[in-house]
Amino acid sequence: MKYAIYCALVLLGFLGVSTLGGINEYVFFAGFVILQFVILATAWNILGGYAGYVNFGVPAFIAVGAYTAVVLFKSMSAPLLVQILGGGILAGALGLGVGLLTLKLRGIFFSIATVAVVFILETVVNNWRYVGGATGLQLTRPQDLWFFDSYARMLFFVMAVLAVLSVTIARYIQDSFLGRGLRAVRDSEEAAECSGVPTLKIKLIACTISGALMGIAGAPMPMYLSYIEPTSTFNLSYSISALGMPIIGGTSHWIGPVIGALLLATLQQIVTVTISNELNVLVVGVLLVLFVVIAPDGILGLIKKWKQSSK
Amino acid sequence: MDKMRRKVIGAGGAGLLASSLPAGMAFAQGAPVKIGMSMPQTGGLGAGGQAALIGLRMWVDDINAKGGLLGRKVEFIVYDDQSNGANTPGIYTKLIDVDKVDLLIAPYATNPTAPIMPMVKERGLLLMGNFSFQVNAKVQHDMWFNNAPWGDAKNWSEGFLEAGKKAGAKSIAIFAADAEFQQNLANGCRDVVKQTGWNVVYDQNYPGNNTDFSSIIRAVRAAKPEAVFVACYPNEAVAIMRSVNEIGLGSQVQIFGGGMVGLQFGPVMQGLGSLLNGVVNYNSYVPGMKYPGIDDFFKRYSERALAAKVDPLGFYLPPYNYAIGQMIEQAVNGTKSLDHKKIADYLRKNEMKTIVGPISFDKNGERAKPALVQAQFRNIKDGDFEQFKSPGKQIVIWPASEKQGDVITPFDKARKAT
Amino acid sequence: MHGALLKSPIFYQKTLMFSVDLIFEAVLFGILLGCFYAAVSLGLSVAFGLLDVPYVAHPALLILGSYFTFVLSQTGIDPIVCGVLLMPVFFLIGIGFYRFYYETFEKRSSDTGVRGLAFFFGMSFIIEVCLILVFGVDQRTVVASYIGSSLEIGDYRFPYRMLVAFGIALTLTVALTLYFSKTFNGRAIKAVGQDEGALRLMGANPVKIKQLAFGIATAVNALAGAMLIIVGPVEPAMDRIYIGRTFCVVVLAGLGSMSGTLVAGLVLGIAESIVMMTFGASWAPAVSFGLLLLMLGVRPQGLFGR
Repeated sequence: MKYAIYCALVLLGFLGVSTLGGINEYVFFAGFVILQFVILATAWNILGGYAGYVNFGVPAFIAVGAYTAVVLFKSMSAPLLVQILGGGILAGALGLGVGLLTLKLRGIFFSIATVAVVFILETVVNNWRYVGGATGLQLTRPQDLWFFDSYARMLFFVMAVLAVLSVTIARYIQDSFLGRGLRAVRDSEEAAECSGVPTLKIKLIACTISGALMGIAGAPMPMYLSYIEPTSTFNLSYSISALGMPIIGGTSHWIGPVIGALLLATLQQIVTVTISNELNVLVVGVLLVLFVVIAPDGILGLIKKWKQSSK
Repeated sequence: MDKMRRKVIGAGGAGLLASSLPAGMAFAQGAPVKIGMSMPQTGGLGAGGQAALIGLRMWVDDINAKGGLLGRKVEFIVYDDQSNGANTPGIYTKLIDVDKVDLLIAPYATNPTAPIMPMVKERGLLLMGNFSFQVNAKVQHDMWFNNAPWGDAKNWSEGFLEAGKKAGAKSIAIFAADAEFQQNLANGCRDVVKQTGWNVVYDQNYPGNNTDFSSIIRAVRAAKPEAVFVACYPNEAVAIMRSVNEIGLGSQVQIFGGGMVGLQFGPVMQGLGSLLNGVVNYNSYVPGMKYPGIDDFFKRYSERALAAKVDPLGFYLPPYNYAIGQMIEQAVNGTKSLDHKKIADYLRKNEMKTIVGPISFDKNGERAKPALVQAQFRNIKDGDFEQFKSPGKQIVIWPASEKQGDVITPFDKARKAT
Repeated sequence: MHGALLKSPIFYQKTLMFSVDLIFEAVLFGILLGCFYAAVSLGLSVAFGLLDVPYVAHPALLILGSYFTFVLSQTGIDPIVCGVLLMPVFFLIGIGFYRFYYETFEKRSSDTGVRGLAFFFGMSFIIEVCLILVFGVDQRTVVASYIGSSLEIGDYRFPYRMLVAFGIALTLTVALTLYFSKTFNGRAIKAVGQDEGALRLMGANPVKIKQLAFGIATAVNALAGAMLIIVGPVEPAMDRIYIGRTFCVVVLAGLGSMSGTLVAGLVLGIAESIVMMTFGASWAPAVSFGLLLLMLGVRPQGLFGR
């Protein structure tokens, strides 16, 4: 119950910010990206943090979400919510497919297989004229802003809602039978199998949900940029960020990815505005390596240690 | 949790506010006029972009020496988009919302420009195009003015195709990268080719980041075309010329080239050297063409370019980029305002005098009277940079008004001709 | 013998080439390309195939080798010589990497899977971004007498740069295969992957052996990087496509097989060359990754794996 109140407060807060005048438009432009990473980090953590299967193919799911949105928009002028729904469903289907193909394999093979999915899908899109192919597609976004002052503000609020939704799903999974099963898989898959946990089924469910959430994060992107093209949509930098943020924040609890995403993505945006684009990836990479080596339980782990030592 | 979010947003906001104040500027009368753009300074287009930037900076210095625009100093804000269209929407959003520029210039070239067209249309902003090709065709923005020597695809390819037909060529091979510019040009060429009765024996698209053209050149050679039209960007152009030299196209090819971006950049020309011989390619300026004041411009440009270690020739882009500044100057002075609609109106209705001749725009924002030439590379020797400064290395074969000589065919003969 | 004009409504393909000559030339080119891919994957075959280290940073180190070669060759030294000169440097880098990985991850052996992978993935990106910061995103090439011309045999042309890469690749593969089968250390490396305990009983220190193997794997990367920049221009983001090619070769070969790496490389090279010829270069990236997925799904132990 407390959690529901927190969610409502958060959403009200975002609604307030989105309708407040006098705030620079760029805040919403950058805020979209930060919230997108909250969703991606949370989604990644469902399979990566809870179950220990490292998904490098984050861009593939984002792109399925984005390109489904493009097809729906181009073919029947579908409204944003339909695009998001469609993107989520198809990305979930991809998650199921990839899972069926590769979740029987060992850790690193699963990860390499996810990279393969990215490039294969990118090649398909590159050759698909309807969505623009490698050239890309210019899109004119419809001006149905509901009651917001600008499209950027509306997208910002939509992403906030989606972020709260994803975190709620992650929290539910964590505390449920699914979460316990995933943790058993991470600790020792063989032991879990032996004690009767349906490991394959659990992994498949996690992979599907994770993929669907990533698709939901990717679906608003064509409208966000009024443009879509494959190279940036399938960019592997999404992978390093989507796995770096939960690892830095802490993978054992749903709040970890949120903390990691908020901190890191905000830092990235500040770096982009003040210095340059490349340093983005360097920031995540360096922090990731640092945390993996020194503080493997992330910020959550550090907080726990600090709390224990100060007793 | 929401307190933390608000604090984070607050910190970001203060940062944005701070970054939009100009640091340590001497104000003339009132705030400076900010002109902003992203320019590809690294990446495939970088060699051209850096030269173009010098042309623009020359204009900014000249206008500020004259007292600025409307009595206010011009402040020029430019970022590097790395020749990557994925970077431009973010950069231009930053220019508009954070740097709060008064006027926008598009990045050099089609591919970085295409992604920002819907955005500028939606926000109702004027955009000065910079050597883009057909990038406004789908978006149909009415405040777009493309500064480039070419008109439509027919204008671009007809000189090349005419020369081929005169040499007796009947079959043609076309290959182009799968990217905005290359596809726009190749599709336009394909239409012209269909209408003028050519036999297309090879037609392929390749990925924009392709570095090995052996398989394509081999396939082209096997198809035995008499003309080969290529639409490519600088990195590809270099790789293609090397591949042509390695693998060969066959003795039946009369004419090769057409739409290769990059063969106009000084560093690329020097790097390829004799590999350029025989290629018939488009350009905006070659030595021997007469524009008023152009020699003086090149002298001043060379000094700055040498100091900046950038292409000292600066034939292709710098004069035209200087012209963008001149057109902005005339429009702003003519309307006495920075209002985008008024400036757009002025640009649409008037002919502007520039260093590359008079320029006027048609209803699509493209150049009303094209000034593109097709020229053939001849007598290029390896390792000599000075050779490019004098006439005789790029012979204009089309249009008749600028013609300096007839095209030498077949391609193999032209490669060895002296 | 030209193919039909295929105006597919969905895909960009316009003409399909079906000439026997062309396919034969594509196969020959594919053999040259394949050997090159094999050489580039040898390091990974040792590090991942034999030692089971999730060495995702291998392609990034390959590109690093190319850039080091580029810098060194600016002094006028031939690129191949540069590559050889860099091998001891990379050997030390490899030892350092493994030492660090062992101390931080393998020793503690808690949750090594995720953390080890994340570590190498992070290193991969750090290397790529540092290259961008230092060199920019521009393509870099090297100059040599054998780059730019080709060997003409009848109607076929074989670029010398591919022949040079082919030669180096063969030499490397043969050298490594001999090393692993004939020398004590080499055989120890092969053994440590299979049974560490038995190796210890034979008097060899497994950690030192693994260190040596990693050093060799990275040293090979230096020469492979030199080959890469000889064969074509290099840019920092190239490590991404090479993740597919190198892992495809290693998985196709089956973990732990050196000569299998050569065969797998040939399969990949020929497949890519034929696809480029028939369907076009835009489908080429899918070949390596597609083969990889296929092998993982159908026969994860590879063609020659144990």
